Amino acid sequence: MTANRAVLAVLCMAFAVPAAAQSSAARDVPPGAAACSGCHAPPQLGSSVPPIRDRDPKDIVQAMQEFRSGKRPATIMDRIAKGFSDDETQAIAAWLAAQK
Amino acid sequence: MRANASRRTVLKGLTAALAAPLFPRPGLAQGAPRVVVVGGGFGGATCAREVKRHLPNATVTLVEASPTFTACPFSNGVIAGLRELSQQQFGYDAVRKDGVEVVIKAATAVDPQGRSVTLADGTRLPYDRLVLSPGIDIRFDALPGYTEGAAEAMPHAWKAGEQTALLRRQLEAMEDGGTVVMSAPANPFRCPPGPYERASLIAHYLKTRKPRSKLLVLDAKDAFSKQRLFQAAWKELYPNLEWISLSQGGKVNEVEPATKTFVTDFGRHQAAVANVIPPQRAGRIAEAAGVTDRSGWCPIDPATFESRQQANIHVVGDATIAGGMPKSAFTANAQGKVCAAAVAALLKGEKPGEAKLINTCYSLVAPDYGISVAGVYRPVNGVLTDVEGAGGVSPADAPRSYRSAEADYAEAWFKTITNEVFG
Repeated sequence: MTANRAVLAVLCMAFAVPAAAQSSAARDVPPGAAACSGCHAPPQLGSSVPPIRDRDPKDIVQAMQEFRSGKRPATIMDRIAKGFSDDETQAIAAWLAAQK
Repeated sequence: MRANASRRTVLKGLTAALAAPLFPRPGLAQGAPRVVVVGGGFGGATCAREVKRHLPNATVTLVEASPTFTACPFSNGVIAGLRELSQQQFGYDAVRKDGVEVVIKAATAVDPQGRSVTLADGTRLPYDRLVLSPGIDIRFDALPGYTEGAAEAMPHAWKAGEQTALLRRQLEAMEDGGTVVMSAPANPFRCPPGPYERASLIAHYLKTRKPRSKLLVLDAKDAFSKQRLFQAAWKELYPNLEWISLSQGGKVNEVEPATKTFVTDFGRHQAAVANVIPPQRAGRIAEAAGVTDRSGWCPIDPATFESRQQANIHVVGDATIAGGMPKSAFTANAQGKVCAAAVAALLKGEKPGEAKLINTCYSLVAPDYGISVAGVYRPVNGVLTDVEGAGGVSPADAPRSYRSAEADYAEAWFKTITNEVFG
């Protein structure tokens, strides 16, 4: 199980960006990704909630890991991050980076 | 059926270069897929725009009775005099700019077999897929004495708009020393923490403007959303607020609008200003479409939001039976996006993706005191279920700086989500 997850994670890292960039087809929205924009606005709107569409996917993944572990202080993202695995976060981060 | 399958096939041909269809369908007829969305709130307006983004060649029609949407989140602030109703109101110009046809008319009937929606003027809109986001209707048949007429004397203000303004005017006109009485319904209802945010902000209004007045909350429940946080804050901030639970006799059996009186098993409570938050059900077009069950709400497939009762009709938002997901604006917006992706995939003959959803919901206890609840959900055995270990409410022991940060984030959330849906 752990080995499978590790393999999947590597596959995600290898293919997530090209797959997301290839097409905006419905099936390419990774699970959970669509909900982020309910709080995180496009950078031009200006918000006290940080924008996430213009970030390096690696930073998003790291932030989510740190929210999960408690290393990074948060009011609400600590509670939300715990609902996502590294694989899921990787796919969401890649998809976010591919959005205009 | 055959003509519709053909449309899908044509579309499939257009997208074949990008994606191999999983469910190929035979057919030759022409035509863009037709998606009709009924209800222009957080769920419906989101879904219509998203379907158009996923399927630029589709004809997407949003049917909504009112040219202006009045948002419920933050409307408790209007009641308490902290903001104006105009700050809650949004139009559909940006939705139209996305290529969605917006029809300002009431939808009165749905023919699930013939796949068409009938509008108040008799117009019939054919669809390949229909999305209903009808929100709630007040049940004027459920609480004895609480009729549509009674809502003038005892406003519900649970659908934002004139009712919101009416309740505010009544509070403003009340003499200092008057008692405000609110009643909260049994589950399920729109916005589970809403009655308690409202109680908090009315108590704030009374404390600052009518210090000799008090607020009584009569509840048909013993437990409610964010309860410990609300009650801790009430203890600290609002000695003028008294909450009476179900087991303490809080359930209202009848109201008497002529005297603004609430009748419970244990007594009669006469109000200077009365706010009845009554039992609710899915907006009535859902029943007309045959997608409600005996509860008055709509069972759905949690991955596609397609009705369990009618093929090719999807339901999102407050009207749904969505497992662990509460009836909130954030939920409706998140469901609208997942539903749109599923509708687009199904129209292309593809398999819809895996669903995972989030809810985030802020409540204001005071203008600078916010609390929140969050949840992450996925389908388990056909039901949207909390992902274990995730979500939950704000910490009980947080400093005031944390509460104030959450109040700021609440405002930021409202700005962001209304921009996404209507901007």
